[in-house]
Amino acid sequence: MKEMRIIVCAKQIPDPEAPLSDVRVDAANKEVIVDAPQVISPFDENALEAALRITEDLGGTITVLSLGKKVSDTVLRKALAAGADELILLQDDAFDKLDSYSVAQALADAIRKIGDYDLILTGRQAGDWDSGQVGLLLGEILGIPSVSLAREISVEDGSVVVKKSTPEGYERVKAALPALVTVSNEVGELRYISRTRMLKMLKGAGSIPSWGAQDLGTAPDALKKMSIVELSSPPDMRRDCQFLEGATPDEVAGKLAAVFKSLQ
Amino acid sequence: MDDVLILGDMKEGSLDTRTLELVGVGRRLAKERGGDLCVLILGDAPGGGAAEAASYGPAKVYSVAHPLLKGFQPEFWLKALEQVCAQVKPGVFLMSHSYKGMELGPRLACRLGARLTTDCIDLAVDPQDGLLLRTKPVSGGNAISVFKCPGEPQMATVRGKVFEPAAAGEAKGEIVEIAVELDASMARVASLEVVKEEVVALDKADVVVAGGAGLGEEDGFEALEDLRKALSKSFGNVMIGCSRVAVDKGWISSDHQVGLTGTMISPDIYVAVGISGAIQHLVGMVHSKKIIAINTDAGCNMFKVADYGVVEDFEKIIPALVEKLEEL
Ligand SMILES: Cc1cc2nc3c(=O)[nH]c(=O)nc-3n(C[C@H](O)[C@H](O)[C@H](O)COP(=O)(O)OP(=O)(O)OC[C@H]3O[C@@H](n4cnc5c(N)ncnc54)[C@H](O)[C@@H]3O)c2cc1C
Repeated sequence: MKEMRIIVCAKQIPDPEAPLSDVRVDAANKEVIVDAPQVISPFDENALEAALRITEDLGGTITVLSLGKKVSDTVLRKALAAGADELILLQDDAFDKLDSYSVAQALADAIRKIGDYDLILTGRQAGDWDSGQVGLLLGEILGIPSVSLAREISVEDGSVVVKKSTPEGYERVKAALPALVTVSNEVGELRYISRTRMLKMLKGAGSIPSWGAQDLGTAPDALKKMSIVELSSPPDMRRDCQFLEGATPDEVAGKLAAVFKSLQ
Repeated sequence: MDDVLILGDMKEGSLDTRTLELVGVGRRLAKERGGDLCVLILGDAPGGGAAEAASYGPAKVYSVAHPLLKGFQPEFWLKALEQVCAQVKPGVFLMSHSYKGMELGPRLACRLGARLTTDCIDLAVDPQDGLLLRTKPVSGGNAISVFKCPGEPQMATVRGKVFEPAAAGEAKGEIVEIAVELDASMARVASLEVVKEEVVALDKADVVVAGGAGLGEEDGFEALEDLRKALSKSFGNVMIGCSRVAVDKGWISSDHQVGLTGTMISPDIYVAVGISGAIQHLVGMVHSKKIIAINTDAGCNMFKVADYGVVEDFEKIIPALVEKLEEL
């Protein structure tokens, strides 16, 4: 079988695991400000892990595509350190605050420019806007079969076989390549990358290709934006916690048991 | 063109509660736009569902029957939805942010040249231009954003348990059958096997005992299982939940996951054991009536939303608690 050519779409976002105290809503500018380092969106890391396992089994190459106004190669080089073969940054002022469809459109243009591919993997949703649309939209725009919510992916005889989560369990489905799959966390975390390897990648001389809207041929008016009318803080969720204390765990457990009793 | 269409969903032979939630909000939006509320039911034998939907008093229930709509193969559903939309031209199209809605929503919007907002917790009609104001939590729930965009249909998927389910009314909607043309060659994704696993329906639980990374290893869930059993003697439907980390580590299956990408729940009692309280977890359980947290870190976020807190190692507290509960 021919070697697999996999494209993984990975978004750079402020760490979604940042403590709540580091997150601020700037209502005037309609922006969520997160005082945390940039990372690769977690489900996209799962997608990369899935791609790495497939190429380990079958051979092939992985290209990681990341789109934004300004994409940091220090963040995305992690993908190379993990074992991806190529990184392409799609960056342009025109890619600022795009809605899901526009992102998918620009990614589709980039993928057409790359030309040859067998499988596209994306995360099931990004950890900043939580929209969960780009992967499926990309499949539609490119006109290839798509499968969502993968918990296991394998490639057999020119087809991708996916175990996808359903509310009742799972479904195994099969689609001919090229195809698109959106990946969920059950696939497994991105492999451990040693510090030395990460540092080597960061220092690595290799320049990372960067394409703008013009290189992609994406017409600026194709990047229509969904407008944000208002951005606000969520309602306060705090409650007044009553701490149960005691000299021994037994004593605390007794108090807790009494709480359960009172709630019965 | 001002009509609001909602995609109905069936569960075990009757309408899913989420559909009734959509009927409620859809009716309000239809009124604000000066149009009618219509419900769409697809399936191999949608008759029963259509009749049930009609009893909630929408203007019309579109019933679409085709053998290929049995089960849920998204590509057939999408083709059917495209054909229905071409015919009835809804002004607003709503779906639940459920398994089906998450899959169909983006793909249908793309085919119809419309833009979708997912997982909305409120919807309103802008009186100036009639466009849908789509309120959606973003950044895991750290902010609430209201989106708007032109085009038709106006599309959104709606989070479950946010809106009150509609009650059956006096008026009966008219059932309109719509024929669709589907053939087997339209599916490029073939279903090989549908496997029903024993899954927990967390949204049906009265009490949820949930574990997170703080359990340290898979065995931690055995202690939670003991607690679940002990509580089952006094409470109905006690189930085991978890945070995403527990799923990522492979300790427990994802149907137990509570939160943004798991299940949204509001049980009578939620017990969080070794769960820090990341926003993506909180949004799934913060509406629980009483929240009890057990965590070694007194400063963890879970205590901020809890009613009762125990700062202690779960390994010490849970067995002792199980014993005390037996004594009561
Ligand atoms: C897009 C997106 C979607 C997500 N969706 C979800 C979701 O649906 N659900 C979800 O849960 N998460 C979700 N997450 C992940 C979320 O951000 C957190 O990573 C996760 O909730 C943390 O799980 P945790 O609290 O178990 O782990 P941690 O944050 O590591 O917390 C472990 C806690 O255990 C305590 N602990 C340690 N040892 C003990 C002990 N012996 N006894 C008692 N306590 C102890 C620690 O003090 C700590 O507070 C999502 C993330 C993203 C980006």
